[in-house]
Amino acid sequence: MTTPSTSSVDSGGTQGAGSNGSPRPLPEQRRSRGRATTPAAPREITTGFLAGRVIALGLVAAIDLYAGPPLISGRHWAGVVILAAVSLVIAYVYLSKRHVPVKYLLPGTIFLIAFQVLPVLYTLTTAVTNFGDGHRGNKDEAIVAIQTSSLQQVANAPEYGLSPALDKSDHLVFLLVTTDAAGDRKVQVGTADGLKDLPGANVGLTGKVTEADGYTILNAGDAAGRAEEIGAFAVPTGQGAIKSSGLSRAVELKATKLYDAGCDCVTDVASGTKYTADESKGYFVGPNGDNLSQGWKVNVGLHNFARLVNDPAISGPFLGSFVWNIVFALSSVFFSFALGMICALALHSPRVRGTKLYRTLLILPYAMPSFAMLLVWRDMFNTDFGLINRVFGSHIDWLGQPMTARFALILVNMWLGFPYMFLVATGALQAIPRELTEASSIDGATAWQGFKRVTLPLLLVALSPLLISSFAYNFNNFNAVQFITKGGPFPPDNASSGATDLLITYTYRLAFGGSGAQFGFAAAISTIIFAIVATMSAIAFRRTRKLEEVYS
Amino acid sequence: MRRRIVFAALGAAASASALAACGTDDKPAAAPSKDKGNGKLVIWADTKRTAVLKKYADQFGKDNGITVEVKEVAENLQTVFVTASQQGSGPDVVVGAHDWIGNLVQNGAIDPVQLSAEQKSTFAAAAVKAVTFNGQVYGAPYALENIALVRNTELAPTAPATLEDLVKAGQDLKKAGKVSEILLDQAGAQGDAYHIYPIYSSGGGSMFGLTSAGDPDPKNVTVNSPDSIAAFTKIKELGEKGSGALKTSIAAENVVATFTAKKAAFFITGAWNIADIKKAGIAYDITPVPAFAGGKPAQPFLGVQAFFVAAKGKSKALAQEFVANYVTNKEVALALYDADPRPPALLAAIDDAKAKDPDVAKWLDAGKDGLPMPVIPEMAAIWGPFGNAEVAVIKGGDPKTAADAAAKAINDAITKK
Repeated sequence: MTTPSTSSVDSGGTQGAGSNGSPRPLPEQRRSRGRATTPAAPREITTGFLAGRVIALGLVAAIDLYAGPPLISGRHWAGVVILAAVSLVIAYVYLSKRHVPVKYLLPGTIFLIAFQVLPVLYTLTTAVTNFGDGHRGNKDEAIVAIQTSSLQQVANAPEYGLSPALDKSDHLVFLLVTTDAAGDRKVQVGTADGLKDLPGANVGLTGKVTEADGYTILNAGDAAGRAEEIGAFAVPTGQGAIKSSGLSRAVELKATKLYDAGCDCVTDVASGTKYTADESKGYFVGPNGDNLSQGWKVNVGLHNFARLVNDPAISGPFLGSFVWNIVFALSSVFFSFALGMICALALHSPRVRGTKLYRTLLILPYAMPSFAMLLVWRDMFNTDFGLINRVFGSHIDWLGQPMTARFALILVNMWLGFPYMFLVATGALQAIPRELTEASSIDGATAWQGFKRVTLPLLLVALSPLLISSFAYNFNNFNAVQFITKGGPFPPDNASSGATDLLITYTYRLAFGGSGAQFGFAAAISTIIFAIVATMSAIAFRRTRKLEEVYS
Repeated sequence: MRRRIVFAALGAAASASALAACGTDDKPAAAPSKDKGNGKLVIWADTKRTAVLKKYADQFGKDNGITVEVKEVAENLQTVFVTASQQGSGPDVVVGAHDWIGNLVQNGAIDPVQLSAEQKSTFAAAAVKAVTFNGQVYGAPYALENIALVRNTELAPTAPATLEDLVKAGQDLKKAGKVSEILLDQAGAQGDAYHIYPIYSSGGGSMFGLTSAGDPDPKNVTVNSPDSIAAFTKIKELGEKGSGALKTSIAAENVVATFTAKKAAFFITGAWNIADIKKAGIAYDITPVPAFAGGKPAQPFLGVQAFFVAAKGKSKALAQEFVANYVTNKEVALALYDADPRPPALLAAIDDAKAKDPDVAKWLDAGKDGLPMPVIPEMAAIWGPFGNAEVAVIKGGDPKTAADAAAKAINDAITKK
């Protein structure tokens, strides 16, 4: 049994993964180039140098001008401080001649913080709250919403034609017209103190006051300008208050639910039921466990994570989905890599003609938008109308049975994934010198042995990181499942977890499907999925490093 | 979903930090809210309604000396509205479906609209009922929608009196080789509670019990009541192991094409698909979905499009004026009808629309017994589990097992929230 000598593998390794070595000197070069700008020799200021600085700092200034005023007028002081600090750091780093490495690190660091660290932190902080539908705002907002939506028209109270007006001291008043059953009109003036009769006012055809002594009636434009004031204005009456309904009508309203800070509860005026604030749930809860629908966001600690473990309806399917999830990701990567590599090997052979045409054709699935392709595949799997059953003359309910649905998904994913694998394998193959396989065949190895002992290991060294990232991607391949099976088929006795559910689609349904959006819970599961993928990737990368150590 | 959260995170980061200083558009608007109101009304609507609303919104602006901005939100209007409202960058008025109300109210996103008794009487009674939640009217309705039986009159000249007649006529046509499907009622691999509901209700099925006030009661899920199980049994008889009228292979993506290719004579659908049917030159008629012989009436769900006043808008009084006193007029209703031909909710406009298009009367007739889609937020818990149960029985599964599983999943989703 002949094996290639270590030295030849070694050289192949460095060539095959040539990119591994070459970038290393780069920072050095950069640094030395950077140093040239420091005043060792009086540095000439090139146009490029100047333009670079001007553009970079100009961009920062533009962002400041764009974001600063709204932040200040919105009183987001924390935002203002961050904006100022970041701008100052950028200006200092790029205007000073020192800190050359920082000049290169800074943009990446800022983007890392903005697009990686902040979202992760936000997800983590969301995971310990009940943020979601019904719990979006704070408690004060919930109280306002409860009281506002409890305003009801007082039974048998008249409707008023409304003319907003100003009295002599420029206070807003409502001039109100009522018409009784006999058609007689009565004008009253409503102030913050209450209602008063107003004899002698002119009422126009539209049933609104057109003229009244001592009052300036606001025209439509003026009224619209004071719309907010008019909306907030209330004329107290015995039973409630007269409030505007728009700008031309007023109605007598009373609140049917009232908040009392003393008992921290909301009382239903009609029934006397007390709904007490429950700070652990973020709801006002009544004596029999009912809650008012408007809630607020509260910290629930690890409750969302505990649900994953304690709730059998969630933890049971979670394990099943997890196993299928791994099978799906592994087989997607394995089959698409196998097919891609076989195609690449076939076209790598010097005897094949027209490789360019073949390569173009093979890349086609990769070039087509996967969203559309997924939907096309879904339709092809249709039992009665689908292409596949028609071609084969079969009548298989592809997406309606667990095993066939899983098979279909992996097949589609292989079709979508192999062109990418084909591309990278082609690239990696070209970097493996032909002498190696020739040498092994001279030493008496069969083609299969040569492939298995020489080509494949070298390919894997180059492609392992890509395979791992492909695995991580497919682990969360939401699109493929959502577009083709939506997680189905579902067993008749379990409507929450289907046979092809990945953790991500399962989570999606739990978090957004059943009871509206539950961002807190979704964030908790996202955190778990993140931890799972990160752990598996870390282990896999560690193993690859061992592989590299052997072969390089 | 993770991506969504990341986007949400970015949104939050953007408003807080300078680096991604988007959202500036909203901030200047937020700033003057302490002033006396800025005489500006902002309306959000979906693509179809934006253009026609602009014209009438401009008129409203002129009448009141204000500026009115109509903004098109092409997708996920409800979610975008709730999120923007919470951030204080939402509109004053939003146009949407009445079954959003439960969710919008629990998020404190909309205010009640005080319509007078007289105003209420100008609308179709079902439309007012649909926009009423917890005894409050939350929007001004303007259009109705429901599904009906659309029939190819060349293939089936007479409307079937019962579902049994329909199946028989469909089977005869199929045997004669004229069609390939008995009935098109989209189900798909996930089921479709909205489209199966008329058949389900005719079989005696229901989703929720009623509270003393006559509203759907989320504490009383009736998906697995004996009556509902009987309805699922009837669906099973129409399913793949039965007469084959209902199939999971018939789905949203292929129903229209199958009907316009004349491969089926009967199609349960709504007004939104009529344009395609007309374009294909099919001679059609619209009749109510027939009931089972001796069964209950086949009730479609009734949907209502409405104008809502945003609770966190900046010009609420203007918004109230626009919704309660302006869009409730006939011209606006008719213009909206022209833009998107669903029957208007305003009684005065219905007659005009009927004169323009005979289909309007037929859609209304098909929806007259309709059940306004429940607005309670718990309705969101129904769709998935109910669809799964539907699929299970269409494929010949045991109705009781499927119904019990659906009821359990629905109750879990409602209580463990």
